[in-house]
Amino acid sequence: MYSAIVFLPLIGAIIAGAISIYGAHGRTAPAAANGPGHRAPSRGHAESENGADDHGHDHEPAAVGSRPAEVITSGLLIITAILSWIAFFSVGLSDDAVQRIPVFTWFDSGTLAVDWALRIDTLTVVMMALVTTVSAVVHVYSFGYMAHDPYRPRFFAYLSLFTFAMLALVTSDNLVQLFFGWEGVGLASYLLIGFWYQRPAANAAAIKAFVVNRVGDFGFALGIFGIFVVFNSVEYETIFANAPTIAGTTFHFLSWELDALTVICLLLFMGAMGKSAQFMLHTWLPDAMEGPTPVSALIHAATMVTAGVFMVARLSPVFELSPFALIFVTFIGATTCFFAATIAIVQNDIKRVVAYSTCSQLGYMFAALGVGAYSVGIFHLFTHGFFKALLFLACGSVIHAMEDEQDMRKMGGLRKQIPITYAMMVIGGLALTGFPFTAGYFSKDAIIEATEVATNPMAGYAYVLTLGAALLTALYTWRLIFMTFHGKTRIAGDLLKRVHEQPWVMLGPMMVLAFGALFGGLIFHGLFIGDEHNAFWKSALDLVTENHLLKEMHHLPFTATILPTVMMVIGFGLAYYFYMVNLDGPKRLAARHDWLYRFLLNKWYFDELYDFLFVRSLKWLGRFLWRKGDGWLIDGFGPDGVSSWVLGATSRIVRLQTGYLYHYAFAMLIGVALLVTYLMFAA
Amino acid sequence: MSEWPILSTIIFLPLVGALLVLVIRGDDDIARRNIFNVALWTTSVTFVLSLFVWFNFDSANPGFQMVERVDWLGAGISYQMGVDGISMLFVILTTFLMPLCILASKRTVKHQFKAYMVAFLVMETLMIGVFCSLDLVLFYLFFEGGLIPMFLIIGIWGGPRRVYASFKFFLYTLLGSVLMLLAIMAMYWYSGTVVPCDPAAGGIAATCSTTDIVKLMDVQFPAGMQTWLWIGFFASFAVKMPMWPVHTWLPDAHVEAPTAGSVILAAILLKMGGYGFLRFSLPMFPLASADFAPFIFTLSVVAIIYTSIVALMQKDMKKLIAYSSVAHMGFVTMGMFAMTTQGVQGSIFLMLSHGLISGALFLCVGVVYDRMHTREIAAYGGLVNRMPLYAAAFMLFTMANVGLPGTMGFVGEFLTLIGTYQVNTWAAFLATTGIILSAAYALWLYRRVVFGKLEKGSLKDILDLSPREQLILGPLVVLTLLFGFYPAPILDVTAASVDQLVANYQAALSAAGKLAVAAP
Repeated sequence: MYSAIVFLPLIGAIIAGAISIYGAHGRTAPAAANGPGHRAPSRGHAESENGADDHGHDHEPAAVGSRPAEVITSGLLIITAILSWIAFFSVGLSDDAVQRIPVFTWFDSGTLAVDWALRIDTLTVVMMALVTTVSAVVHVYSFGYMAHDPYRPRFFAYLSLFTFAMLALVTSDNLVQLFFGWEGVGLASYLLIGFWYQRPAANAAAIKAFVVNRVGDFGFALGIFGIFVVFNSVEYETIFANAPTIAGTTFHFLSWELDALTVICLLLFMGAMGKSAQFMLHTWLPDAMEGPTPVSALIHAATMVTAGVFMVARLSPVFELSPFALIFVTFIGATTCFFAATIAIVQNDIKRVVAYSTCSQLGYMFAALGVGAYSVGIFHLFTHGFFKALLFLACGSVIHAMEDEQDMRKMGGLRKQIPITYAMMVIGGLALTGFPFTAGYFSKDAIIEATEVATNPMAGYAYVLTLGAALLTALYTWRLIFMTFHGKTRIAGDLLKRVHEQPWVMLGPMMVLAFGALFGGLIFHGLFIGDEHNAFWKSALDLVTENHLLKEMHHLPFTATILPTVMMVIGFGLAYYFYMVNLDGPKRLAARHDWLYRFLLNKWYFDELYDFLFVRSLKWLGRFLWRKGDGWLIDGFGPDGVSSWVLGATSRIVRLQTGYLYHYAFAMLIGVALLVTYLMFAA
Repeated sequence: MSEWPILSTIIFLPLVGALLVLVIRGDDDIARRNIFNVALWTTSVTFVLSLFVWFNFDSANPGFQMVERVDWLGAGISYQMGVDGISMLFVILTTFLMPLCILASKRTVKHQFKAYMVAFLVMETLMIGVFCSLDLVLFYLFFEGGLIPMFLIIGIWGGPRRVYASFKFFLYTLLGSVLMLLAIMAMYWYSGTVVPCDPAAGGIAATCSTTDIVKLMDVQFPAGMQTWLWIGFFASFAVKMPMWPVHTWLPDAHVEAPTAGSVILAAILLKMGGYGFLRFSLPMFPLASADFAPFIFTLSVVAIIYTSIVALMQKDMKKLIAYSSVAHMGFVTMGMFAMTTQGVQGSIFLMLSHGLISGALFLCVGVVYDRMHTREIAAYGGLVNRMPLYAAAFMLFTMANVGLPGTMGFVGEFLTLIGTYQVNTWAAFLATTGIILSAAYALWLYRRVVFGKLEKGSLKDILDLSPREQLILGPLVVLTLLFGFYPAPILDVTAASVDQLVANYQAALSAAGKLAVAAP
């Protein structure tokens, strides 16, 4: 069954991929002159196609086999999702701690042995259930969202490929397989962000996402090397079993003797920072919004970006032994959660607001992991997957209704036109802000409480920032809802008349997620972080610190537990005041604190800084090394220099041979004179 | 010698094919087709025969197999052929790529088709000979002989600056060769004082000079002499690899060479340098190798970072891939001089995978070059709109070049890095930045060529891969993925020989009182 869960999406991806490639090939190949969807390779026709095409390829006929590709991939995904939930309950409620299902050997070299194997424990099935559910929902939603796109087979192939890679990631049994899934989701993300490859912005964002992730992977890879040197294995079992004996020992890294586990954990965490878009490596995530919105929901909200959180939780027995690494994780998590929220409150692109919100929520998860509350972090990952995917799909619904408008300043008053989408957005918003008894209320407030009681030296910092971010979360969420759905409409022209509710194939999937957003916390908090959590997680997470924290959290006074909710209410109040009552308020505020507004609007100028530091300097260096290094230095003094020297020398020698007899006679005379002189003095 | 001399058969079969091509007369289309068919059949049969070598190869045996030996020049110089786990797969790589190159040249080579095919077939003989030779003199002949056809291929069928490129290529490689020849002569004289004579040879002397590689491997050269010999061989192999800073011939040679020439250059000729290090420098001069390892690490790391950054700014597709080759070869030299099992196995794997992947990338460039007659990146853009199949194949090879897990490119890169990390964390640390830079230049290239709108008028009618091109790229696609997910067939073949190489190296080091790094 577990193998089926992992490999069914791959099969779907291969089938859809084959349909897509051969379908597309058929359109352009001269042999398929009579095939449907054929475009005559004549110049005039081709030119007319390039007019006024900015969004996707809407006007082209759909690829051959679009419907089968959609149905096959989605059907397989729904089966996978059902199987995953069976797995979730059978593993979560049983006593078996870990199952290992070997598939085959990947590579062996010396003592390094890497297998393809599935590791099934509670953490795996939690991720499986989340990934396959959101993926199945997004597949079905895309029926409607991508209905006008001619390259649907390719889109569904990528979606299923992504799902496979993500499942390979969460079922990995060793670090190298984790790395495979890690890079695999990176590839799928790259392909999907750049899905509309005719748009330059999409291509740029795709490359940025891949390269920034590779910066993280640089650390991740070094972490794996370090693990292998220390443990002589890359398998989790061996690592976990031996970690306590390694703790405190040092190893030689670069030029220093450093604490082995701390260095390894920090390097691995660098990978997590890249994948989960944490502070300093976050710049790719907002740009990734160039991809189709269902992709943003699946990859850049619910699943792939949580891979970093998953990795730290998976390796919790190792991280637990390195206090310094945990302090660092807490610091980065808390910083990100506040920093991203500050940016989210001033963005005007509806998707970017949600993207920064994702960034911020991932920060919450890391803060929880950092203070040792692993299950709380994973619980938030789980609930966040549902409500954030819901928010994105609702955004997609708005964008679709608005005919691809994403700027909230050009929206407003939409709740009458698209009431169901509005309801979905509100449900998602309530869950995100932690309205009592919705999903976020259980998971996010638990994180804030965990940071309050934790003993980690960075916990106080984390508590203040996460609490502050809770206010900002409510502010930007309600700002988004008020700007989009309430007030007087700012829609130009007759677009408002054309705005209409989306088809059921899009609304239905959103309702599934809405169910999760509303009741996910209520249903699962007992298992994840409540009384049954030890029996539920078993050995999947390191629960030592955590048990202590959870007990402390029960003893918190009522005033402390109500504080996050108070923050939420204040945030809501501010949003209501500025975006419903005092509509000029935001503008005046921005004008009064111009520099702050610009600083936030320009996302703390990270893009500009990186462009200056890395992109432009590397380009300059590349040109310099090429022209000066290769051209002037190496070639100049190497082959070109040698050959020109030889040429010069020979031409000078040639000039000596003038052909006049008296020249030669003169030269001979001088030679004889010199020889005689030499012999005289030598003797 | 009771068995059929299979190695000699596959070495000289292409030469026979070349002779057959020579006797075909005429300059019309029929003659052209006959020449093509003879060349294709010869190389295909050679490939099939070489598969027998693989099937009959005993992976558990670390020594040389299928050894053939015939007295040749006397005085300890004999004709001796054999393969071990290090060399065998390079033979297969050569024979596998050759038919693809012939296929790729069918329409692209316009003039002097006969001479072109003769040059390719002769080159195949020489290349297989390099990997099979078990005698230094024989090796040297094949190794240097390979220069001549390549020199001609670039010089006659190359692009506009072909003469400059071919002379640069020749100048560099010749310089290295001279020093290697001196080292070989020194080894020959020294062996005369230590290697016991063959009893069959008769004579009265106790020791005889020899160029027999198997015997020379047992000779322990004095430490001081090792240094000089090492430098002699290094000069030749470093140029061939090519290592920084003697790499500047490669971009020029690649740019000017015809497509099939680039494929052979990148896939096989470059590997001769790496193979040479593994066959001679490391096993025969272990002490010098250990002394020079930090030097090699430095050059490798510089190569990886420097050439990756240079690759970013290239405007010519082939030049970009050529610089990326230099960077990948940096991983190879670094991994092998780490002398850990993972490092050496990784470097062999990386050479093989780079052979397939860079070969495939040059073929991809060739596909569009044949249509548009330019390699300028700026002349392209939006090819995916007209060439979806091409775009898919090119994407796969780009990702393989970037080292994405699941493709062949990952395994070698990962093993060399993990192998180096055990020995030198600085080298591994700096080299790992290569995975960021490679993603940057490769994806940027892909974006500029394939993605975007199809706006250039000249590209409006460009056609997707023809069946012949699909036939060429298809096997490379399959192998890139197959060995990415299941590299065991390659690693199994190399394991025993590499283990022995590493063990002997460590033994030699500890015998000399040097601190050997324990290979886990």
